[in-house]
Amino acid sequence: MSEVRTLVIDGKDVAATSDQTVLSAAEENGIHIPTLCHLEGLSDVGACRLCVVEVEGSPKLLAACATRVEEGMKVTTSSERLVAYRRNIVELFFVERNHICAVCVANNHCQLQDQARDLQLTHFELPPLHPELTVDATHERFVLDQNRCILCTRCVRVCDEIEGAHTWDIQGRGANARLVCDLGTPWGSSTTCTSCGKCVQVCPTGALFEKGRTVAEAKSRRPYLPYLVKAKRQGS
Amino acid sequence: MSTDGPDGSAPVRHGRQPEPLIPDGPARASANVCQAAGCLSMGSDQLFETLRAAVLARGLHDVAVRRVGCLGLCAAGPLVEVPEQGRLFERVHPGEPKRTEDLVSSLAGETVAGRSVAADPFFSHQVKVVLERCGTVDPERLEDYVATGGYEGLSKALTSMTPEEVIAEVVRSGLRGRGGAGYPTGLMWRTVAKAEAPEGKYVVCNADEGDPGAFMDRSVLESCPQQVLEGMAIAGYAVGAHRGYVYVRAEYPLAVKRLSSAIRQAERDGHLGPEIAGTRFNFQVEVRIGAGAFVCGEETALIASIQGGRGTPKPRPPYPASSGLWGCPTLINNVETFANIPSVISRGGDWLNTIGTERSKGTKVFALTGAVTNTGLIEVPMGLTLRQIVFEIGGGLAEGRKFKAVQTGGPSGGCIPESLLDMAVDYETLAAAGSIMGSGGMIVMDDRTCMVDVAKFFMDFCREESCGKCLPCRVGTEEMYRLLDRVTTGMATRSHLAQLEDLAAMVRATSLCGLGQGAPNPVFSTLRYFRGEYLAHIDDHVCQAGVCPVPAGPPAGATEAALAGTATVSSGGRP
Repeated sequence: MSEVRTLVIDGKDVAATSDQTVLSAAEENGIHIPTLCHLEGLSDVGACRLCVVEVEGSPKLLAACATRVEEGMKVTTSSERLVAYRRNIVELFFVERNHICAVCVANNHCQLQDQARDLQLTHFELPPLHPELTVDATHERFVLDQNRCILCTRCVRVCDEIEGAHTWDIQGRGANARLVCDLGTPWGSSTTCTSCGKCVQVCPTGALFEKGRTVAEAKSRRPYLPYLVKAKRQGS
Repeated sequence: MSTDGPDGSAPVRHGRQPEPLIPDGPARASANVCQAAGCLSMGSDQLFETLRAAVLARGLHDVAVRRVGCLGLCAAGPLVEVPEQGRLFERVHPGEPKRTEDLVSSLAGETVAGRSVAADPFFSHQVKVVLERCGTVDPERLEDYVATGGYEGLSKALTSMTPEEVIAEVVRSGLRGRGGAGYPTGLMWRTVAKAEAPEGKYVVCNADEGDPGAFMDRSVLESCPQQVLEGMAIAGYAVGAHRGYVYVRAEYPLAVKRLSSAIRQAERDGHLGPEIAGTRFNFQVEVRIGAGAFVCGEETALIASIQGGRGTPKPRPPYPASSGLWGCPTLINNVETFANIPSVISRGGDWLNTIGTERSKGTKVFALTGAVTNTGLIEVPMGLTLRQIVFEIGGGLAEGRKFKAVQTGGPSGGCIPESLLDMAVDYETLAAAGSIMGSGGMIVMDDRTCMVDVAKFFMDFCREESCGKCLPCRVGTEEMYRLLDRVTTGMATRSHLAQLEDLAAMVRATSLCGLGQGAPNPVFSTLRYFRGEYLAHIDDHVCQAGVCPVPAGPPAGATEAALAGTATVSSGGRP
């Protein structure tokens, strides 16, 4: 049974039910908190840390997506310090792997790119790590490009919680953490994948995408011109 | 059953396993041979056999040769203590017959040899509560533990106290969590006791000790596992749990073996299992073995690992006290905390409360390592100064080197310089000095240590052990490591140092769990006390300790001026 709680978010009095998170209470009241790993409909893991907020009386910053509302809570969602940290976080996402927007399949519809734009991040100062990672194109319709993966685990959760297949998971730790299909087999030979495509739909970046959408595949077919010319001549 | 001894003269008692030589009557003297990991690695198991044969050969039938747990002075192993004579024999290598002969003739009462224990500051400054029986009981014999007052606390709690009285006693003792954070143990017990639990509660012992240089929990489990089990059973009674888990790392096979044997023996004799001490209380303990991840010492990751999942932390709240193992209220304490409990109950909370400082009560076990003469396992009352620990117990620096710093708290801790050596060791003062109590690793460093290199070492550890779930820890530790590497190789400018500090503050503030939040601490504390060393690397290309491979550079200031302009171009890029 959920009960009503009242709290203050950014100076605004807010009413919410006890099963709501700070994030959903804020969204309901038109207060925007940036997120990446959060997706409405999936469980929350608090992994990207973009939604960290200050809560009065708590020495630590809390992830808004994973913190339940409490009576009398005083939340600050945007301060100079929080914005600086968020810029740092987005910068770290960019330097972690290969996020060169110009050649990315998700260019202009990428949520990481959106965050960078919202936070007015125009360049990064930290040295990029840029590990050379694999691309798995064995599936007949979809591709996994590890170089674009930000390990938000939306695909893992949607596959487990919504589709019920649990094809995806994470292997390795730290900088070696990778999205992995089944027990490390190529996606195309997966025995659990139902090819439903939900993971592709929830991916915030260009890590999971449909075939035929990459910059390299968007080829002009110039050799067809001589055929046209010949056909036109013969026809006339 | 008794038969004639191997030499045909006197009867030797046999148990269900080949037994140590124990005389039928009281022993005039006993030779306690350390069988903890440190001494075992130097052949103390072989020493035990050699010594037993030698004692028999000399016909010393009133001398007992016994296997015991850690004797503390690990630097001088293999160790043998003769408690009746108050003597400790060091470096009794089984390959050096002279050492064994000296020991045997001392046991025979012919000569007096070995190090006197009573007068030695290594021992005289120590107060033993947790390590009370380490080095006196055989870790694999329940009888030894019971004979020295073991399980008295548990039967007292079960037969004459209510659960609330047990908790009140723990509260009165002022005991705080020995895993590092120092949360009041009594308060945590009460929280779990009050939690509603239709599906039961759990008690978990965190023995996933992973700090570099720390071996306190390992020694306790290898030396006296029964004491930890007793503490867990008392906790189970107090909070209303009937199942317990000990989560031990796989790197401690001996601890796992002795713990499993201890559980079997305790169940056999009715100290664990159903109807303990003739009451209706039942409590079962299982061992769970970790898979080598440091982060599994974090309580939510530990829970995930026990449940068979990937060992990654979860945001708190909810805390395990309300929703832990399989969503049930779970009490998680460290090995050392549980090992304190039997004494708290049998002697009373007020007794422990008399030891220690205003806000930190009792004792703390430290693994004293690094550049000190007496490396080993020590237990000191809270409030002893670092100087006393390093220079009196530790015997000063080895090879007559100069003291530089002492590192406490492992990868989440910090380095404390000489100017703060007179600081009393307790939770608050260590935190004020930019370090933490931590689980008890204490690494002493001499003047051949480069503090930037130390920070880099710990950062390397953290980036290796980061679970990879949250971004600040996963990428932040990697970037900080690279920046520190730039400093140690003479490739850094002052702007890199500023980047390092910004990044450290951000990782500390935004990481999901304690591993990430604590990871920048070695950087902060070395910058706080040894900033000059960083600047010497950066400006002058000099590593004062001569550790880092900084190439000889141009005169002071010139480097910075030259590189300042190119720094952002060379390392920067556009998204």
